[in-house]
Amino acid sequence: MNPRTAPSGASASTSTSASTSASAAGPAPAAAVTPSPGPAGGAPPGPAPAPGGGVRRGLPQRLRAHRSRLGTAAVLLLLLTLPYSALDIPVLLDGPVNSAGSLQLFALCLVFAGLAVSYDLLFGRTGLLSFGHALYIAGGAYGTQLAMSELGLTLVPAALLTLAAGSAAACLLGAVSLRSLALGGIGFAMVTLAFAQAGSIWVQRNPGGLTGGEEGLPLRADAVPQAFIGVANTVNVYWLALGYLVLTAAVAWTAAASPTGKVWQAVRDNEQRVSVLGRDPFRHKLGAFVLASALALLGGTVYLVVTGGVTPEASTADFTLTLLVMVVLGGAGTRWGPVVGGILFVYLDHRLGALGVSDAVAGLPEWLSAPLSEPLVVLGILFVAAVYLFPGGLTQAGRALRPRRRTPGRDAAEGASA
Amino acid sequence: MSTLVLLTLTGLGLGALYFLIASGLALIFGLMDVLNFAHGAFLTVAAYAAWQTATAVGGISGLLLALITGTLTGLALAVVVERVLIRRLYGRPKEQILVTVGLSLTVPALVQAYAGADSRPFPVPDSLSGTVGVLGAQVPVSRLVLIAAAVLVLTGVRLFLSRTRYGLIVRAGVEDRAMVTALGIDVTRAFTLVFALGGALAGLAGVLAGLYFGSLSPHQGTGLLIFAFVVVIIGGLESITGVALAAVTVGLVQQYANYYVAGGFGDFAVVIVLAAVVLARPAPGRRSVLHRLRELLPVPRPTAGSTPVPTAGGQA
Repeated sequence: MNPRTAPSGASASTSTSASTSASAAGPAPAAAVTPSPGPAGGAPPGPAPAPGGGVRRGLPQRLRAHRSRLGTAAVLLLLLTLPYSALDIPVLLDGPVNSAGSLQLFALCLVFAGLAVSYDLLFGRTGLLSFGHALYIAGGAYGTQLAMSELGLTLVPAALLTLAAGSAAACLLGAVSLRSLALGGIGFAMVTLAFAQAGSIWVQRNPGGLTGGEEGLPLRADAVPQAFIGVANTVNVYWLALGYLVLTAAVAWTAAASPTGKVWQAVRDNEQRVSVLGRDPFRHKLGAFVLASALALLGGTVYLVVTGGVTPEASTADFTLTLLVMVVLGGAGTRWGPVVGGILFVYLDHRLGALGVSDAVAGLPEWLSAPLSEPLVVLGILFVAAVYLFPGGLTQAGRALRPRRRTPGRDAAEGASA
Repeated sequence: MSTLVLLTLTGLGLGALYFLIASGLALIFGLMDVLNFAHGAFLTVAAYAAWQTATAVGGISGLLLALITGTLTGLALAVVVERVLIRRLYGRPKEQILVTVGLSLTVPALVQAYAGADSRPFPVPDSLSGTVGVLGAQVPVSRLVLIAAAVLVLTGVRLFLSRTRYGLIVRAGVEDRAMVTALGIDVTRAFTLVFALGGALAGLAGVLAGLYFGSLSPHQGTGLLIFAFVVVIIGGLESITGVALAAVTVGLVQQYANYYVAGGFGDFAVVIVLAAVVLARPAPGRRSVLHRLRELLPVPRPTAGSTPVPTAGGQA
C-alpha cells in the first residue's frame, strides 16, 4: 500500500519471530509481494491480504484463507441480523435480542470492540504500551460535544473537526512521547499516562464550565440527527456502532497487512534490527500512534452518541487499562482478539453487574456476595488467570491446545534466515 | 514570606509522600524491570488495614500501631504477590506488567466491595491535627511528620543499599542482572527482598497518605501512583537520592503552581516539568545537560561516566 517502504529485507526477516498475527494471515512476505486488496466498498474487510506470493502454497492454504474470509462474512451477517431477531435468551439477556435494552448493550459492546481494535494497533501490532489512549477517546467525545454546543455545528462536521484537530494533537503528543525512549518502552508508557492524566484533570476541573466537571456532558439532542435520539431509535445507534467497528477493523487489518504494517510488526519484535536495516522506527511508530489515535477520536464520537453523553470516566487511566485488559484477554496482535475481548468484557461487565444484585447472589453469605457484586473483581481475576492460562489470549486458546500445524511457507522463511 | 514558608513545607510534605511511593517503584523497576501497577493497590489495602487499627485503638498509640500494621500489610501483600504471581513470569516483563495491571483493577474493586465506595475519615490524633508556627507560618503538624518519615526512610534505604550485603546485591543487580547471576548469586532472593521493601514503603505511604489527606478511599492509591510514576521518570532509576530530589521538585512545583498561578494548575505544571525533562533527556548513548549537571552535584553515585540509561529496558 505504501510505496515508500520497499517490500524487501525488513519484512521478510521479521516473519521469523514467533508472532501470532502472522500465522493467521499467512506468511508475512506474501503481503509484501502482492499488495493487499483492501475492503471493497462497504463489504466485510478482506481477511487475508492475498493468498498469493507464489511460494509453495497449496490448496490447504488457499482454503484456509478462504475460510477466514468466510468467517468474517458469517460474523458480519450475524451482527447484521441481530436487530431483526426477536429471540429471547432467558439468562444471557434481559429481553428479546431486538429489544432496546439488548441493542443498547450490543452497541456498547461493538463500540468497545472498535476501541480495542484501535488500541491493539499500538499494543499488539507495534508493541507500544500506551497508557494514554483514553485521552483521544475522551477528546473525541468531548470535542464533538463542544464543537456542537459552542460552535453550533451538527454531528458530522463536529466529528470531522474533532478528528482533524485531535489528529494534529496526537502528532505532537506522540512525537514528544516517543522521544522519551531513554527509559525504554516504559518511558513511552509513563509519558502517555502523564499526558492523559493532565487531560483527565482538566476535564474534571470543569474549566469555564465547559466540560461539566464530574457530571460530564449530556448529548445535545438538537445537533444530532433525530434518527439517533430516543429509545425507539436504538437500532440506528446499533448500526452506527457496527459501522464504526467495521470501519476500524477494516482500517486496522488493512494497515497491519500493508508493508507499513510489516514494519510495525518488525518494530515490535526487534526495533534495533529495523533501524539497522535502514527504516526509521520513530516515523513508523508515530504513524501507528496517529492512526490509532484518529480511530480512537472517531470512537469517542460514536461513544458519545451511543451512551448519550460523556463523563470524565472516559478520560481516566482506568479506561485505558480496561482497553488493555480487553486486548490481552482476546489476544493482542491478532485479527479477532481485540474484537472478541472488547465484546466479552463489556458484556460481562454489564451482566455481572446485573447478576450481582440478583437473588442468587444476595442469598450467598456476605463475604462472598460483596465481591461478586463488583464486576471488576470477577473480570480482574479472570484477566489475571487468562494471562497465565492463555498467554496468546482467548482467541489463541484453541491454537495452543492443538498440535503445531504444518506451515511450510513459514518454516521456509525461518530456515532461510537462520 | 509566611505564605512561602507554608507552601514550601506543605510542598515538601507532599514530596515526602511521593517519595515514599516512588522509591519502592524505582527499586522494583530498576532491579526487575517490573512496572508495578499493583503498587497503588498495596497502598490502598495497607491504608484500610491501618484505618481499622487506628479506629479501634485511637489516639497516638493507635496511629503508631496503624503505622506498623500498614507497613506489615504492605510487606505481606507484596511478598505474596511476588511469590505467587510475579515469580512465574520472570523474564517476561510485559506479562508481569499485565498481571500487576489486573491487580490494580481487582484489588481496589475488592476493597470497594468490602469497605464501600465512599471515602472515610482517617482518625488523626489531636496532637497531630493542629498547626505549628514556623517562621510566622502556621504549618499543619502532619506535614512535618511526613517529612520526618521520608527523611528517615531515605537515610535507611541509602544505608541499606550502601552498607549491607543485600544492598550490594541489589545495586549490582540494577546495574547488570545477568552478571550478578553469572557470579553465582541468587538474584531471585533479592527480587523478593526488593518487592517486600517496596510493599512496606507503599504500606507506610498508605498510612501517611491517610494522615495527609485526613481521609481514605478505594481509589486513592491508584491516583497517587500516577504522580509516583512521574517522579520515577524525572528522577531516573540510578539512585534513590535522584528519586528523592524529583519527588521534592514535583511536590514543590505542584504547591507553588496551585497557589501562584491558579488553583488546579499544579497538576499541569507537573506534566510540563515532565515533558521538559523528557525532552532534555538524550537518546541512549548521548550525554545530556541534565546528566552533566547531576555529575556536578556531590552525590555518591553507583555509576560513574557510563550512559544514563540503566538497561536498554523493555525490548527483548
